[in-house]
Amino acid sequence: MTELDHIRNFSIVAHIDHGKSTLADRLIQLTGTVAERDMKAQLLDSMDIERERGITIKANTVRIEYPAKDGQTYVLNLIDTPGHVDFAYEVSRSMQAVEGSLLVVDASQGVEAQTLANVYQAIDAGHEIVPVLNKIDLPAADPEAVKANIEDVIGIDASDAIPISAKSGLGIPEVLEAIVKRLPAPKGDRNAPLKAMLVDSWYDPYLGVVVMIRVMDGVIKKGDRIKMIQTGALYGVDKLSVLKPQMVDIAELGPGEIGVLTASIKQVRDTRVGDTITHEKKPCDKALPGFKPAQPVVFCGLFPVDANDFEDLRDAIEKLQLNDASFSSEMETSAALGFGFRCGFLGLLHLEVIRDRLEREYDLDLITTAPSVVFKLHMKDGEVRDLHNPADMPDLTYVDHIEEPRIKATIMVPDDYLGDVLKLCQDRRGIQMDLTYAGSRAMVVYDLPLAEVVFDFYDRLKSVTKGYASFDYQITGYREDHLVKMSILVNDEPVDALSIMVHRDRAESRGRAMVEKLKDLIPRHMFKIPIQAAIGGRVIARETLSAMRKDVTAKCYGGDATRKKKLLEKQKAGKKKMRQFGKVEIPQSAFIAALKMDD
Amino acid sequence: MDDWRHGGFGLYLHWPFCAAKCPYCDFNSHVAAEIDQSRWNRAYLSEIERLGAETKGRVLNSIFFGGGTPSLMAPELVQAILDKVRATWTLANDVEITLEANPTSIESGRFRAYSEAGVNRISMGMQALNDADLKRLGRMHSAAEGRAAFDIARKHFDRVSFDLIYARQDQSLNAWKAELHEALAMAVDHFSLYQLTIEDGTAFGLRHAAGKLHGLPDDALASDMYLITQDICSSHGLPAYEISNHARPGAESRHNLVYWRYGDYLGIGPGAHGRLTLDGTRHATDTPRAPEAWLRAVEAAGNGELPREALPLSEQATEYLLFSLRLSEGMDLARYEALSGQPVDRAKLRHLEEIGMITLEQGRICPTDAGRAVLNALIVELMP
Ligand SMILES: Nc1nc2c(ncn2[C@@H]2O[C@H](COP(=O)(O)OP(=O)(O)OP(=O)(O)O)[C@@H](O)[C@H]2O)c(=O)[nH]1
Ligand SMILES: C[S@@+](CC[C@H](N)C(=O)[O-])C[C@H]1O[C@@H](n2cnc3c(N)ncnc32)[C@H](O)[C@@H]1O
Ligand code: SF4
Ligand SMILES: [Mg+2]
Repeated sequence: MTELDHIRNFSIVAHIDHGKSTLADRLIQLTGTVAERDMKAQLLDSMDIERERGITIKANTVRIEYPAKDGQTYVLNLIDTPGHVDFAYEVSRSMQAVEGSLLVVDASQGVEAQTLANVYQAIDAGHEIVPVLNKIDLPAADPEAVKANIEDVIGIDASDAIPISAKSGLGIPEVLEAIVKRLPAPKGDRNAPLKAMLVDSWYDPYLGVVVMIRVMDGVIKKGDRIKMIQTGALYGVDKLSVLKPQMVDIAELGPGEIGVLTASIKQVRDTRVGDTITHEKKPCDKALPGFKPAQPVVFCGLFPVDANDFEDLRDAIEKLQLNDASFSSEMETSAALGFGFRCGFLGLLHLEVIRDRLEREYDLDLITTAPSVVFKLHMKDGEVRDLHNPADMPDLTYVDHIEEPRIKATIMVPDDYLGDVLKLCQDRRGIQMDLTYAGSRAMVVYDLPLAEVVFDFYDRLKSVTKGYASFDYQITGYREDHLVKMSILVNDEPVDALSIMVHRDRAESRGRAMVEKLKDLIPRHMFKIPIQAAIGGRVIARETLSAMRKDVTAKCYGGDATRKKKLLEKQKAGKKKMRQFGKVEIPQSAFIAALKMDD
Repeated sequence: MDDWRHGGFGLYLHWPFCAAKCPYCDFNSHVAAEIDQSRWNRAYLSEIERLGAETKGRVLNSIFFGGGTPSLMAPELVQAILDKVRATWTLANDVEITLEANPTSIESGRFRAYSEAGVNRISMGMQALNDADLKRLGRMHSAAEGRAAFDIARKHFDRVSFDLIYARQDQSLNAWKAELHEALAMAVDHFSLYQLTIEDGTAFGLRHAAGKLHGLPDDALASDMYLITQDICSSHGLPAYEISNHARPGAESRHNLVYWRYGDYLGIGPGAHGRLTLDGTRHATDTPRAPEAWLRAVEAAGNGELPREALPLSEQATEYLLFSLRLSEGMDLARYEALSGQPVDRAKLRHLEEIGMITLEQGRICPTDAGRAVLNALIVELMP
């Protein structure tokens, strides 16, 4: 066990891609936590999807030992957090487990929307903050201007900000010293009853559920009988470890320490992040305040391409949920698609990540239906219903009015692109709430419908601003609006999986955009296919996909059927990845792609 | 009855050499400085002997010398091979013995000798009827030489067919129609009209990938060219009996029919494929593609074949499907279902009939002209 004044706990927070994980690499490397031959870039991003997309999805903790200039060795617990807005929840709960934050700002970019969102969370959590200016190796880096920018926009003192290059390692010793000198040691009472915070939990195929804890008071040992205060569940501690980043067993954890335990817990669902862990026999008197649970905001149907794979999908979802309690699922049936699940996600990236993992880790082919946010239906009889799926929209005569979720969006953008950003927000039914400037960058705050933002707003924003804008949002509440259900008919048959809720005034342009997109997304068939968008019985947009003209092998010679057969078998396998709607095959990727607008 | 009997029994012999490699061609053909024809002679005879022992008592319906350019074979070699064939199998009364020829003067000089050896049908690679296009196709002969070679062939053979490649670079619909009418005037009772296919790994393939092959027709024009070809040839009494093959009824190439009716065929020579049913099991046979590798295999092991594969019934069904639908006579549904072991979805057939892709007559699925233009899609649709 380590004495409190020899412990420092901190998170690394920043806007997406400003170099958090790379900085974590250098801290791990310089302290010799991981052998040089085992080092690789963004070491903590261990999931395939994280490595492929080059982003962090899951917060990761590492314990490192640092012999400081004062001759003492300190234990540092660092938490590398994700930057993407969908995973903001990971950041906020990580912050509850530590006392300080390294605020990384890309010195060639300055403060961005998630810099702001994350630093405010750190301030709210009572953190001491050490600003770090990263990427000073880049020619475009301007550390002095970015210091001023931090003071200006965030309002914290940046005079001691540390200039570094996480890539080259420049400035890393200074960061380590600052962690020891400038961040506070944790507080706690070793002799008080055990009080530990359940920070995170995940499923390990060999160990079962692994629970990450931060001890506030008392001492936890292997073999202890523990109690989770919120759930009331009782367990025996089977194994107690710290993460370096692989698990290393430890006899006990005392106040201020962060580690993981296993306790024969079956499902991640049996644990509640933010819960308080104490001893069964000598419990603490007051629980920690806990966290607000993450709420799924985007819903879509997931169906197996091959209806026979439904049971496999059910298994896969259950297994993934062992690991990620932030997505929800409920069985769903659709006329065209058969049995599947309606699943809820924290955002579109989260949806894509989960779908990719289901397909890859469980070898499934899935159809993802058009994503939707949750609408509130106020029925004439006074009942209020949540509508997760436009296909479930009841007869309008029973509906009094419909409400949709709204968000507060913060966008930071160089003023050259301000006009484009305002137009985009206006087009998406936004209401401007604030507009301020810091240097040549503007900060705009908009009230927007979530439904207009969730699918492709970020992509559009990046493209109209050439990547110079950043964006963050929070859900604020529900508001009534003129919303209607738009259906898509392919070859004269309605395709439920493509229906969406849309604002009356935007219906025609959305309908037009969707049928045009679908015309490109659906492959040509042997016959021509009308594609229509309709509200009620009224068609508001129509396109025709013409029939294929030519697809034949001119010479089939010398009796060599093998190559040809392989080719056609491959095509057939490709077709099997499409689902049949009436006589038309629609590729699985079409359902999300059809919603992305190029406006 | 073994399934192959519906299609008959043929022998394919591959001659893998050409005087020059054409830029569009991905056949197993090579240019060699020197060819030891007596070494080839021994190898072919040894393979005939080996396969003959396995197929005792069968009657051959067709023999085909393909290439490459078989008209570069010494007439003595052709003679020796056919003598050996006659000593090995019984030949059908109407046996068809075809040799592929390139229409240059060196080759037409041998036609008489080939005829004496027993060849009774010539298939000539004319490719185009104007010099400019022949040049672009990298051919070594002029249009006039082509016609001259064709006339010589006709003197020695009753059955002479020729090949044209169309949908060429910068070819308009009208230019093709005019050329097709010229071809019809020349044709005896059979010709093959292939749309130019850009094959990976050929000179055209590389240029195409680099975006440097210009003037190729788009799918719409290619489709129009195909459909107009069907109309014109039909009205001149030479309807397509297969995607790219036209004949006066009765004058179809028997050898082609063996493949497309999914009979048994032996493949001898480098890269030659075969289908062979023995004791009720149909096998796919294959040989090394490189000429030297094939020769060595025959010389060293007395067997030029790669290890044989038994074809499961489901694969035979697929092969029958993709061969037979190339024919205008179409596919026998009962025969297909017997192979595949499962019925074809009738609702699907009805739909394909409704949209004009097939006709259903007397238990046969026949692709229409429109259906043949998108045959790959049609086959994939019908695959289980
Ligand atoms: N030139 C330069 N590039 C850097 C530096 N630090 C990080 N990068 C690059 O910036 C990109 C993003 O780095 P990450 O460490 O993955 O960023 P992150 O903040 O962890 O990103 P998220 O986890 O997705 O929010 C990578 O391509 C890094 O190689 C630096 O000091 N200099
Ligand atoms: C084995 S090849 C050639 C026979 C002979 N060596 C010749 O060139 O005349 C048979 C026929 O296939 C056709 N062919 C070859 N490659 C082709 C291609 N890429 N596209 C269309 N037809 C092709 C030609 O018409 C050729 O005559
Ligand atoms: S087209 Fe004929 S001559 Fe030309 S390379 Fe191919 S096989 Fe040889
Ligand atoms: Mg990261």
